[in-house]
Amino acid sequence: MPKKITIEPVTRVEGHGKVTIMMDDFGNVHDTRLHIVEFRGFERFIQGRPYWEAPVLVQRLCGICPVSHHLAAAKALDVIVGAGTGHGLTAVGEKMRRLMHYGQFFQSHVLHFFHLSSPDFLFGIDGDPALRNIIGVAQANRDLAVQGVMMRKYGQEIIAKTAGKKIHGTGAIPGGINKNLSIAERDELLSGPDPLNADKMIEWSVAALEFFKDYHRNNKAMVDTFAAYPSNHLSMVREDGAFDIYHGVLRAVDNDGKRILHDVDYQDYDKYIEEEVRSWSYMKFPYLKDLGTDKGWYRVGPLARLNVCDFIPSPLAQKEFEEFKAYTNGKPNGMSLHYHWARLIEVLHCAEMIKVLLNDPDLQNEDLVVKGEKKHKGIGVLEAPRGTLFHHYEINDDDQIVKANLIVSTTNNNEPMNTAVNLTAKSFMNGQEVITEPMMNAVEVAIRAYDPCLSCATHALGKMPLEVTLINAKNEVIDQKNK
Amino acid sequence: MKIPKRVLIYGYGNPGRQDDGLGTEMAKKVEEWIIEHGLKCMQTESNYQLNIEDAEKMSEWEIVVFVDATQEDIHEYKFDTVEPDEAQVEFTMHAVSPAYVLHLCDKLFGKKPETYVLGIKGYEWELKEGLSDNAKLNLEQAFQFLTRKLAGWAYIKDNLPISMLRE
Repeated sequence: MPKKITIEPVTRVEGHGKVTIMMDDFGNVHDTRLHIVEFRGFERFIQGRPYWEAPVLVQRLCGICPVSHHLAAAKALDVIVGAGTGHGLTAVGEKMRRLMHYGQFFQSHVLHFFHLSSPDFLFGIDGDPALRNIIGVAQANRDLAVQGVMMRKYGQEIIAKTAGKKIHGTGAIPGGINKNLSIAERDELLSGPDPLNADKMIEWSVAALEFFKDYHRNNKAMVDTFAAYPSNHLSMVREDGAFDIYHGVLRAVDNDGKRILHDVDYQDYDKYIEEEVRSWSYMKFPYLKDLGTDKGWYRVGPLARLNVCDFIPSPLAQKEFEEFKAYTNGKPNGMSLHYHWARLIEVLHCAEMIKVLLNDPDLQNEDLVVKGEKKHKGIGVLEAPRGTLFHHYEINDDDQIVKANLIVSTTNNNEPMNTAVNLTAKSFMNGQEVITEPMMNAVEVAIRAYDPCLSCATHALGKMPLEVTLINAKNEVIDQKNK
Repeated sequence: MKIPKRVLIYGYGNPGRQDDGLGTEMAKKVEEWIIEHGLKCMQTESNYQLNIEDAEKMSEWEIVVFVDATQEDIHEYKFDTVEPDEAQVEFTMHAVSPAYVLHLCDKLFGKKPETYVLGIKGYEWELKEGLSDNAKLNLEQAFQFLTRKLAGWAYIKDNLPISMLRE
């Protein structure tokens, strides 16, 4: 029988970001802490359930990136049903999953850029908060805002057609998929009426990149220095070093680009990665075991992926990648706001790959599932929009899950987000006794670059306010602001 | 002859979190009701949460009814008119409110459909499928209310069973 776990309301409801800034005797920032309440009950909840339920059950975790959890769980269960890892599926199995994944990436990144980030770029971090939102974008540049909405819609359509439905999709099952893509569905996505077709999505992805690069050209000093710091970077890459968000090996590089994790099989991830618990945070702090907690933490997500991979296997994105790499002379890029640049290159890559896949006749094949010799343990890893996502399951002889361990992307970025907040607080708040709106937004901009997903809770309860508290050397709260 | 209103009923929430699925459950029930009455002027939609692309979706309709679970201290349900509002409180913005979507719809697509939100009271939010018993009762009450409204908008009151006409 599954053990009943009751999640206390505080755990569910307080899906918020909380920043505490501690000042010293001289009024300068002494330390900062970003608290994110992460939902941690799921691993125990899933114990005792039949393994084949996991790809659907895990979507209860999150209404924001259910596809990432769905696919990571399915990949882990591929191993358990003996279908191997990654390329063990049939052509249609792997390609349908990839299409679903590109669709999810595309819509997630687009939402982040157009809705969250473009207002900062159009109006500035210290711009009028009344304008600094997508409504302001709509007034200043309506086409840009409409593009964001329609690109989101296109990505959602891909998910609905590959996962079967928008809520609790069932497209990926252990060992494969449960549907292929019909000719009618393919034609609608490939060459539907403007703007909802593959070519228009590529065109708009290029335009979004140009928008960012133009902003960068005009605001180099700010973009290049805001919350910039050296770090390690971790990502999955294809076996030949190519950018790959669905399958590959784990690689990490240090700030000089030296490999510190050498293309290892993710089935062995727990030999290389460990999570540190700190008393003040609900969320753990992952690190590379060999380097220890102080030196082993790493960034994940778009910036890390572009820092780690050798090339991007689609022509337009590869050209942009070369420009991105040239900007830091081939060295890893540690500038937090360059996450946006990297994210938009990924958007372009996804748009290109969506078109490639839609033209692939394998998507209409009917050999949907493979099976082999059953195993008792399986690990599924993929690159979710926000970074590397780990799903680990073990089952007993009765096919029940007896162990589950998930490391989600936002957890991987815990230390990096804390570092970014610390640097930003020092830049904007030294000597201050009041939290002003621009200061508040600067902290938000630093966190937002990492696109944390705080919503592994129910949407009706999971409002995500940000609370910033300023504490003096006597441990007295001298100001507090909520947003 | 009166022309039926074109109405979108949009239920949202996570059905994997018990009563948070009230909105999507209502969408399912209304879908069956629409089919039963052969109404071409109405459609349902459901998703985990609202987001910016829903502004485009709602621009195609005369009336939009959002249906959501609520924790508010109300009786079974509440039915409110939605006015456009640009306030957006969530700093990571992974979901938006009906008022915000309406505002976006107006600004981006120049349309402002008559918009309502039907909030149904929920009680249990654990990681389970299925509504709590009290939520089921509230859903039924809200369903009776909503279908009376829909019948009025579709001008089919005369054909409905008497039980559905009680105000």
